[in-house]
Amino acid sequence: MLLLGASGSGKSTLLAALAGVLGGEDEGEERGTLLVDGADPAALRGRVGLVLQDPDAQQVLARVGDDVAFGLENLGVPTNELWPRVAEALDAVGLDVPFGRQTAELSGGQKQRLALAGVLAMRPGLLLLDEPTANLDPEGVAEVRDAVARVTDATGATLVVVEHRVAVWRDLVTRAIVIGPDGRLLADGPPDRVLAERADELAATGVWVPGRRVLPPLPVRAAGAPLLSARGLAVGRARSATVASGLDLELGEGEALVVSGANGAGKSTLALTLGGLLPPRSGEVTASPRLAAGAPPAPIRWSSRELLTRIGSIFQNPEHQLLASTVRGELAVGPRALGLPDAEITVRVDELLARLDLAGLAEANPFTLSGGQKRRLSVATALATRPRVLLLDEPTFGQDARTWAELVLLLREFADDGNAIVAVSHDEELPAALGAREWRLEPGREAVPR
Amino acid sequence: MSALLPAFRTGPLARVNPVTKLACALLVAFTLLATVDWVSAVVAVGLEAVVLAFTRLPWRRVLPRLVPLGAAALLAGVTTTLYGVPTGRVWWQWGVIEITDGSIDFAVATALRILAIGVPSVILFLTIDPTELADGLAQLVRLPARFVIGALAALRLVGLFMDDWRALTLARRARGVADRGRLQRYAGLVFALLVLAIRRGTKLTTAMEARGFGAAGPRSWARPATLGRADAAALAIGVAIAALAVIVSVSTGSWHWIAS
Repeated sequence: MLLLGASGSGKSTLLAALAGVLGGEDEGEERGTLLVDGADPAALRGRVGLVLQDPDAQQVLARVGDDVAFGLENLGVPTNELWPRVAEALDAVGLDVPFGRQTAELSGGQKQRLALAGVLAMRPGLLLLDEPTANLDPEGVAEVRDAVARVTDATGATLVVVEHRVAVWRDLVTRAIVIGPDGRLLADGPPDRVLAERADELAATGVWVPGRRVLPPLPVRAAGAPLLSARGLAVGRARSATVASGLDLELGEGEALVVSGANGAGKSTLALTLGGLLPPRSGEVTASPRLAAGAPPAPIRWSSRELLTRIGSIFQNPEHQLLASTVRGELAVGPRALGLPDAEITVRVDELLARLDLAGLAEANPFTLSGGQKRRLSVATALATRPRVLLLDEPTFGQDARTWAELVLLLREFADDGNAIVAVSHDEELPAALGAREWRLEPGREAVPR
Repeated sequence: MSALLPAFRTGPLARVNPVTKLACALLVAFTLLATVDWVSAVVAVGLEAVVLAFTRLPWRRVLPRLVPLGAAALLAGVTTTLYGVPTGRVWWQWGVIEITDGSIDFAVATALRILAIGVPSVILFLTIDPTELADGLAQLVRLPARFVIGALAALRLVGLFMDDWRALTLARRARGVADRGRLQRYAGLVFALLVLAIRRGTKLTTAMEARGFGAAGPRSWARPATLGRADAAALAIGVAIAALAVIVSVSTGSWHWIAS
């Protein structure tokens, strides 16, 4: 079954309730009854398996085999039966690595399949997947989808998936349920019928309806006067190996660039280096006089304040960038650091709140926002100080079709105003939607160990 | 026991249960802490060196981890030489600095004692795998499984916290607030890390609960912790080192209770 609905309609909460991990009365209100196999799911550990969105949040133990065994230990499965079940589960999800492999070394797609194996070993009758592929690259998405298909075929377990990207699961599910923004049931039926009959409503709530383009593609943008360039650049993080080298780049006004490449190709590190946050390993990053505006040519030499009006960086995990206790305060951090007058700050903040559909949340704590909202907020915080270049790491992760379109339109407008964008992204629709050049980094390209 | 690197699992030490290793390290430590003479420390260091020579550890990677310990021992030795309680013949004096027979004796004893306690502790812990230690503590020492497994799972997050710390530092620079004083910036970072840690912890708890952690009923163990001959041998060696250090020290009349 595919569970569809707008962000904030309570899909994840419903899954948590089905899994019996919603917490007690002190953590919120609860009315009505929810029964799995005729009993309270919290008392039925092992009957229901839950896989969450964040690949990093779900490994419990350090080694692959031990991690899969964890659930079985909790269920009290005897040691001699336990290991064959671990092997069986890893086999079912197609995760062909030794038991002793460190879980931290797995790729995102492998981590999600490991989480699936950990759940599967417990032989659940109900399998719950909460956007299990939202944070994965296209290969990872295919890996997880195929593993789920194999598993449901083999076990006959009931499957409930929450996902905005319908196309991934469409052929696998036999029923689709749509929850409206108010939490009411909008539609329930075979996926093809629901998708055909409710296409407009679904698109309006942010579901990616297969075959519909969310935004028309743009031709590749022309580059204006140069803003930022890199020559013979090698990048790496502090105290670790160089991940990519020999990189050359020209970025001009009004231009957009989407950088793709497999895990570990150094995309994020490149973005941090271009953004003046990491020093280059070798080669140089140079801001044109137009961008530097009186500051030295190398962004890494700029002060934190000088960066604000020149280059904005948006990290992969928005939580790393949160500083204030309200959304409004968060947006004001940058302008305040620039020493802008209060009136000007209020104008800028209000404009961004309205623009990014966050006005209703102005006084909310940023940490309580949904993943998609947090990401939009982090983009807005960078825009608040009006930089000339924006560097974004996976800006569209976890967005539904509607918020995706809002974000892309905002970025288009930013580039239309003569600014430049570099986005690190696996999103295959993003380059055309932005009118961006594409650049694929190959992993370990001329990588030199430290 | 490094949270970030797999333990060194080669040679005979890998066959010894972490609980035994812990017991040996504690035994030697408490014995040597009872006295302040240099004879017992020399005996312990000497015997430890002989034993370690047979462990076939990858020394090229292990020795760098011991450097801080060596530096600490040296520093403690020098300080004690210069400022220790002056007794016996005075070799050199300058202001409050006074090098005497007594201070030299005490310095040698202190530096050697740090090595005698520190080296085996560091080496034993470098060879301890956290998962095995948790299994041992829960199954052999009978510590509550909820507590031990919870701590083990939290340990895995330490690696993520280091990544978080680096990302937070860069993020602050990107947000325009990194020009402030070092202390203020540091306090902000610590607080932000704490918030993230709690959030990661909460997510991990949900993931663990969803897999039946904390459920009623008995828990089974995927990796039964056992004690064998290697453990008996290791314990015997630990007892021998502690005992010989005491016997030699007492018989040469140099044993000196720390309290007296």
